[in-house]
Amino acid sequence: MHGRPRKSATPVDENASALKAAKIRSLQTQFLQNHHNNIYTKEALELNAKLLETNPEYMTAWNYRKLAFEHNLISQSDAEKADSDHIKSIIDEELRVVENALRTNFKSYGAWHHRKWVVSKGNSSTERELKLLNMFQKQDTRNFHAWNYRRFIAGLKNISDEKELQYTTDMINDNFSNYSAWHNRSVLLSNLLEKKAEGYFPKETFLTEEYEFVRNAVFTDPDDQSGWFYHLWLLDQTVKVDMPVMVSSWPPCDSDINLPVASEVKFPVVLYFNEPVEGISSHTVIVQIEDDVFKDITWSPLSTNKFGCGQAWVTHLSIPHEKFNFSKIYEVKIKSEDSRGITSLSGVPCSRPWSFAFRVSVKDVQPDEGQSFGRIMLTDESFCTIDTNLNKTNLLKSYFELKTSDDDQITSSKWKLEMIDNEIAHYRELLTWADCKIGKLTLARLLMAYDSMTSSATPIAHVEEVLQLYSELMKLDTPHQQYYKDEYSLVLLKQVTSSMESLLKHCWQYKSTPSSITGSICLRLNSLSLSRIGSIERLLWVQSLDLSHNQLHSIEGLEALQLLSCLNLSHNKLASFTALDPLRFLKSLKVLNVSHNEIGSHTIDTRRYQCSSPMSHTIDYDPKFEEFANGDAKLVNFWEAYTVFGGLNLMQLDIVGNVAVDERFVSFLVKLLHGLKWLDGEELH
Amino acid sequence: MAETESYPPIDPTNFDLIVVGTGLPESIIAAAASTAGKTVLHLDPNPFYGSHYSSLTLQDLVSFLNSHSEIPKTNSLQSDDTTIVDVNTRPLYSDVEISSYDDSLEEHSRKFNLDLCGPRVLFCADLSVNLLLQSTANQYVEFKNIDASYVGDGNGNLMNVPDSKSAVFKDKTLEYSEKNQLNSFFKLVQGHLEAVKSVDVVIDAEKIISDDDLESPFVGFLDKMKLPPKIKSIILYAIAMVDYDQDAGESCKDILKTREGIDRLGLYHSSVGRFPNALGSLIYPIYGQGELPQAFCRRAAVKGCLYVLRMPVISILLNKDSGNYRGVKLVSGQELSSDKLVMDPSFTITSSKCLQNISKLARGICITKSSLKPDISNCLVIYPPRSLYPDQATSIRILQLGSNLAVCPSGMFVFYISVVCDDALEGKKSLHAAIDGLFSVHTDQTDSNELKPTLLWSALYIQDLIEGSVGPVVTTPTPDGNLNYNNLLDATSMLFKKLYPDDEFFPETSNTDSSDKLEDDSEVVLDS
Repeated sequence: MHGRPRKSATPVDENASALKAAKIRSLQTQFLQNHHNNIYTKEALELNAKLLETNPEYMTAWNYRKLAFEHNLISQSDAEKADSDHIKSIIDEELRVVENALRTNFKSYGAWHHRKWVVSKGNSSTERELKLLNMFQKQDTRNFHAWNYRRFIAGLKNISDEKELQYTTDMINDNFSNYSAWHNRSVLLSNLLEKKAEGYFPKETFLTEEYEFVRNAVFTDPDDQSGWFYHLWLLDQTVKVDMPVMVSSWPPCDSDINLPVASEVKFPVVLYFNEPVEGISSHTVIVQIEDDVFKDITWSPLSTNKFGCGQAWVTHLSIPHEKFNFSKIYEVKIKSEDSRGITSLSGVPCSRPWSFAFRVSVKDVQPDEGQSFGRIMLTDESFCTIDTNLNKTNLLKSYFELKTSDDDQITSSKWKLEMIDNEIAHYRELLTWADCKIGKLTLARLLMAYDSMTSSATPIAHVEEVLQLYSELMKLDTPHQQYYKDEYSLVLLKQVTSSMESLLKHCWQYKSTPSSITGSICLRLNSLSLSRIGSIERLLWVQSLDLSHNQLHSIEGLEALQLLSCLNLSHNKLASFTALDPLRFLKSLKVLNVSHNEIGSHTIDTRRYQCSSPMSHTIDYDPKFEEFANGDAKLVNFWEAYTVFGGLNLMQLDIVGNVAVDERFVSFLVKLLHGLKWLDGEELH
Repeated sequence: MAETESYPPIDPTNFDLIVVGTGLPESIIAAAASTAGKTVLHLDPNPFYGSHYSSLTLQDLVSFLNSHSEIPKTNSLQSDDTTIVDVNTRPLYSDVEISSYDDSLEEHSRKFNLDLCGPRVLFCADLSVNLLLQSTANQYVEFKNIDASYVGDGNGNLMNVPDSKSAVFKDKTLEYSEKNQLNSFFKLVQGHLEAVKSVDVVIDAEKIISDDDLESPFVGFLDKMKLPPKIKSIILYAIAMVDYDQDAGESCKDILKTREGIDRLGLYHSSVGRFPNALGSLIYPIYGQGELPQAFCRRAAVKGCLYVLRMPVISILLNKDSGNYRGVKLVSGQELSSDKLVMDPSFTITSSKCLQNISKLARGICITKSSLKPDISNCLVIYPPRSLYPDQATSIRILQLGSNLAVCPSGMFVFYISVVCDDALEGKKSLHAAIDGLFSVHTDQTDSNELKPTLLWSALYIQDLIEGSVGPVVTTPTPDGNLNYNNLLDATSMLFKKLYPDDEFFPETSNTDSSDKLEDDSEVVLDS
């Protein structure tokens, strides 16, 4: 039970437990003998029941009962078979044993499981099961075994969701500090929503009622978290877009891109969704250049896990060599074919069709290859303020235009805004008298939800307030500081990317003549105390990115920036090579600075796995590594670095100032990266 | 008076203790003394148990309220070594006012069990429940819980008392901010009470309310915590059950200190959920409060106490030289001797001084055919000071009980009202205000708008408040104006300590079984 201190054992108790142990041992020996000899007589079952009543945790004993149950059903005589009362009596006996075991320990997994098994054989009364449940749920209202079993019975016996919902209301009225009851409520309401049951569709009315219901709980006791968790679920129900939506792409809609011609014209196309999706293929997405439909296109998810899904998907298109025409502008059209084949991870199809087009022109440039590659400097001195007339800014503009046109489609209905506005007013009031962490967090979430719904009209009206709330939370609740920091970073990035004007403030122009590697503009998000990256949908165009002097511990999300060729991550808190995993997807990356991080300061990346081994890594172990290491025991330890850097074609790398970097490692890098020209400021020959 | 022959002789004639009157304090003393191994004779001039704590039929109640029976005088005979002092009765009730609007009630007279000391309830965690468990007298009584409590105002509204976290959550009338304030205060008090009990001094020190605050008036502390008037009134009058208007400043007779206020809140909250089958914090004994003295009498009888009802004591025998008590003379003429004598407060001996300026209590009993709230059978209603009329100085408490408590015929409801007062006039004024607020008195036709229960019968009376005293004989206290028995039980155990300084008042049984039961609290039988 919750909140009840355990008493230390008295000598009397110890004696009693010694006696109990002796009794269990003797019963156990006899039981195992029966079990081994497949004896399923009445006496044997009684012995087993006695054992389980004293020790309900004994799984073998429950399994024996299942065997006995089936044995006794099969071996019964024909007369008994005809007699349904006989079967019923066998089942009743099982239920009785379980009930007694539960009286000993109402949280016994084995006992509850056995009951499920028996009840699913049929022939049991709903009434009795509900009575039993009421007893156990009264004894401990948060007994999750009982709640689980309740859902099982409700499903088996077709008890209506409405009736069960009323039960959760009653339980919450008795004591609202009950996670299980709130949770079951959210489960039941999800069911009703899905069925579009009467009274639950549209969801506006029920959401209003539920917000009021849970408000009573959080206002009565703001320190009790169970209500807040439910509130979070409600907020999610209010704001969530019901299906996956394509929110951004590279190249952006209606843009003109200019490609240098080398031996072939090849460029990436990135589709970016509001949530991870699966099912992007040449069947679901049509790619058309001029009038030719490209059939054999392979889309791959950009994701560091390997489940065949991702928020971003990429393919590389090339304009066939024979069609080259320097004066020609190629019209490329990409549209969803059967968008129902594209689904979210929970299986919801992206049922709204989408399409976008852009134009590609080709220009003839001398290839860089013959020229010597000078070290690219990414310090303040290398940049000057941006010339807004650059045609790159036009490209940028199309991101914001794309956003607004798309926004109209997902414009939230008025009631959602009103609902959230109402919630904001209430929680602002609560915070005037209660200095409560979870209240602040909720307000921050509500404000962001409100902004995300209205962003086309009044962009990011509450950002300053939200940032302030997260800063306060970092001080107020240090154990969860990292979480607040991450949220802070995401909000800050939302603000930075909220409009073209604010984004341009962070765009700098290279003083030197732009090379094909750096491009002409560098997005500098340095020294912003960022701990993670977000708002990727607005950054797909970025070629040069400066994230130095932040507090990044993860760069998840960067994998979608397929144009990225120049990346500065120096002076951050990246703690392992696996934290650099997203870099594996950046095939255009030429210049990388990861100097002055914390790589190697933690021997094991506990974020990923507890035991560092190639076998437990999320990506397949590359057998080429062994070939590469060639039995060199010194190199075998570098397999993590190998998986990140092995596939990259880096020309310049700064990695000094990390614990993992020593002479051996440097020579490993030199051996691995053939194209490397500069390493930690030294030119390589 | 009946013939002498009708009084049986009592044998033996010598006891450690003689107790006269079977009210709750006397019964507890008799049970405690018997448990401590004393020989006890328990007498009562009445034909029923319970004296002023009894529950009676309608008829018996009326005649008891009006009785002024005189005890026959002896001619103060003097013997060589003994002074004989006459026992006088001191009527506790005055200004008795019976009104009947429905003659049919008389037929049901015997189906009523009306409390003389109502309104009275037990808090699940209070002293009386502990004492019942400790003395094992609980086996003779069953309880049901009081379903709800309300605060009333002058406009006839009854507002639910949000008395616990879940009640605050469920309440439909409080603003969200009020919910927060009320529950925060509950938590503050709970934190304090836990911290005081806790061993972990360092961690819990900050949760303890300072001594300065504890010694200051509770009402001031509530102000300091910035609680609005509505919440303050709920806490003071409907949870802490304060009598006098705490906002009256200097003129308030009894200012509750924070320490006491917090203890009362603690008692209320520890009562909620003490017994798994009792929903609220208050319980009431089936068949009426009169069951409690009877339970202790039965307990005493089991321990060897001798019981004789209908047996008045007419005089007290004192040692001529020392003036010390030595025995009693019964109406039968028999003389009995004992070391100690305990009498209920309606008896005085001529030699003792007559008490002046006795404080008063106005009580009322009403009977109706309908409940204040359609779905609620048993409930408590509080009218805080100044809620019914401007100069209402004390809070008025009303207890509604239905037939499921076996106190009235089915389909009827009994209401007990009480209020402390300076004089009969003021007391009656309060009672009438409450009655007007709750009931309608139209006997013939009722207009459809009238939702108030119609009054069938009422009895209003003023009761003297007399505290227990120790002299040559020990006198027990009269029923007080509180809702529970806590103060009475404190006084009773003090009297017992004075009587028997070396004996324990219901020693805890060393039997581990019973202590276990005390802890999981399965002992008090609640009939649900």
